[in-house]
Amino acid sequence: MKEKDEYILISHGDGGIKTQELVEKIISKYIKNPVLDRFEDSAILHGCRQKLAFTTDSFVIDPIFFPGGDIGKLSVCGTINDLAASGAVPKYMSLSLILEEGLSLNSLEKIMKSIKLALSEAEADVLVVAGDTKVVNRGSADKIYINTSGIGIISQSRELSPSRIMPGDRIILTGSVADHGIAVLSSRKEFNFKTKLKSDCAPLNNLILESLSCSKNIHAARDATRGGLARVLIELARSSKHDFHINSSKIPVKKEARAICDFLGMDPLYIANEGKMVIFVTESDSRKVLDTVRKNRYGKDAEIIGFVEQKGSGNVILETVLGTNRILDLHYSEQLPRIC
Amino acid sequence: MEKIKKTVKSIALLSSELISSGNLEKINIMEVCGTHTMSIARYGLSQLLPSSINLISGPGCPVCVTPSKDIDTIIEIIRKYRLTVFTFGDMIRVPGTFSSLSAEKTAGADIHVCYSPADSVDFAEKNPGKNVMFIAIGFETTIPLTSVIIKNAFNKKLKNFFIFSTHKIIPPALEALLADKQIKVNGLLLPGHVSAIIGVNPYRFIASEYQIPSVISGFGPEDILISVRMILKQLKNTRFSVENCYKGAVKEEGNPYALSLIDEVFQTDDSIWRGLGLIPSSGMKLKDKFSHFDAGKIFPVNVSSFNDPKGCSCGDILKGLKKPTDCILFASKCRPDSPIGPCMVSSEGTCAAYFKYLRTK
Repeated sequence: MKEKDEYILISHGDGGIKTQELVEKIISKYIKNPVLDRFEDSAILHGCRQKLAFTTDSFVIDPIFFPGGDIGKLSVCGTINDLAASGAVPKYMSLSLILEEGLSLNSLEKIMKSIKLALSEAEADVLVVAGDTKVVNRGSADKIYINTSGIGIISQSRELSPSRIMPGDRIILTGSVADHGIAVLSSRKEFNFKTKLKSDCAPLNNLILESLSCSKNIHAARDATRGGLARVLIELARSSKHDFHINSSKIPVKKEARAICDFLGMDPLYIANEGKMVIFVTESDSRKVLDTVRKNRYGKDAEIIGFVEQKGSGNVILETVLGTNRILDLHYSEQLPRIC
Repeated sequence: MEKIKKTVKSIALLSSELISSGNLEKINIMEVCGTHTMSIARYGLSQLLPSSINLISGPGCPVCVTPSKDIDTIIEIIRKYRLTVFTFGDMIRVPGTFSSLSAEKTAGADIHVCYSPADSVDFAEKNPGKNVMFIAIGFETTIPLTSVIIKNAFNKKLKNFFIFSTHKIIPPALEALLADKQIKVNGLLLPGHVSAIIGVNPYRFIASEYQIPSVISGFGPEDILISVRMILKQLKNTRFSVENCYKGAVKEEGNPYALSLIDEVFQTDDSIWRGLGLIPSSGMKLKDKFSHFDAGKIFPVNVSSFNDPKGCSCGDILKGLKKPTDCILFASKCRPDSPIGPCMVSSEGTCAAYFKYLRTK
């Protein structure tokens, strides 16, 4: 680890000796592989005759370290999960760092370590084959921003798409919602919540692959990130043009997350997750897939939370604990804590 | 669940008795507090009630009833005097005549969303070179918090800390609503949080002067249903009073310490409510001893837009006289993404709920 008083300087981004030092000592150290180690302008990739999935995502979270993860882990899991939701096996990734002048080298190294750990937790031989580092003036960015892109390979027989969602499909949620959003919110300096809640940030590629191996009747999957479970369900209902019936008492929410949501006037269904998938599968295979998901370390609390209605026009109908129904709608603006 | 079913059943029975007695066509019950409105929507409570009961969302969401004039004044102060502003998050999207705090923030104004009013005083103390303004909003529930920070700023002799008070109090607004002779509200669900501060007595006039039943209610679905049943029972027996169904939190005399804090720092003032207009003695301004913290006084501005846009029917909707669809602005100029009246500003206000319902039909 670096001395306490070492920080990112503008000269770390000028392409000179300092840049080289930074890349060698802190970045390459954690993501070494033969493709990347050539330090060429592009990575030349082999064996891509199959169907490919390609995705990109930028990470700008505040704070950059939070219970259960950090921006590094998030940037790996986010891209892997986007690939997984398409049924792809993640193969290659790029990693671009935008660093604010003054970021401590200790923090950067901690983030790189966590990127390495997340890549190994994915157990998928994903290689980071391209990368970039830029430094901006103090105040022009908030500590660190990360962009990752990913390429995955899709087996010819697999197709996951909202367009394949069918009436009668069961909807599986792979675990409790709101853990990530609430853990991050609680660790912000303006809150003084002491909570044991941790972000659910995790790579779900194997959870999806295991599900796909046990059933040929999985129609769609989506990771329930920003906007929470509600947003994913609303988007999928609209694009599939079917109504979804969701039983709210089946949606797992940890007691602590619910209590903080109640306190702040937030709805856990709209809070971000970073390690939860929603899977659509035929009724006949739903039990089998649920059991498979529950065997995965990231799917222990999975539940069948609802089904796709025979009729409808793309609404999500939530059955409340009282047996009444309401339509889930997108929020018009950011959810903010209430004041009374 | 069993208890809820039983309550729902007796509500159905009571309301059909009331309707068949011929005295009432519809039973309009106003929930005064925004948190009640949210709970009613979240649990779909209106589906459990007979169609003869009509729930109306009252003026109980503080950001919703903040008039354009206040927003315009705050924005003008920020533009003219370049203050650093602290505000609760809900406030930043409330529309003024030409802009909102959110738009000003995007344009570069130094606006911080805070969760505790104390953050603004801390910031002012650490940044003596900056003038800091806290937008003090809310009913009796948040006024004691503002009183505490004003006392702190006073004790610390801060010269760079100010508040813009949009504080309002509930009983005068209820009185203004009920004073309308045409009013068609048959019962009131009174706000649990506000009542925890002010107690039961300030509501006595509802029964004594207007012969309308009212119940102080908690926020769970069961609490609300039981309170509705209590209102129906009062209507049936034609014996009207203020009942306290939230005894765990609300004491007869309220919270004397919080009330003494309010009394030490604030005095009542006339105040404009979005949709309802000017209501005498319904606002709160700083007492003379603390008036040097009053941003409105220290940073004078000229704001010409005084009134809410023409055509807004929120006042009549709140009184049960009109439906949202009777308003010429509804779903045309006034929509959830560009709200004009308080019933649309709140995501669960009567107009916002109507808009959502009509669109999904």
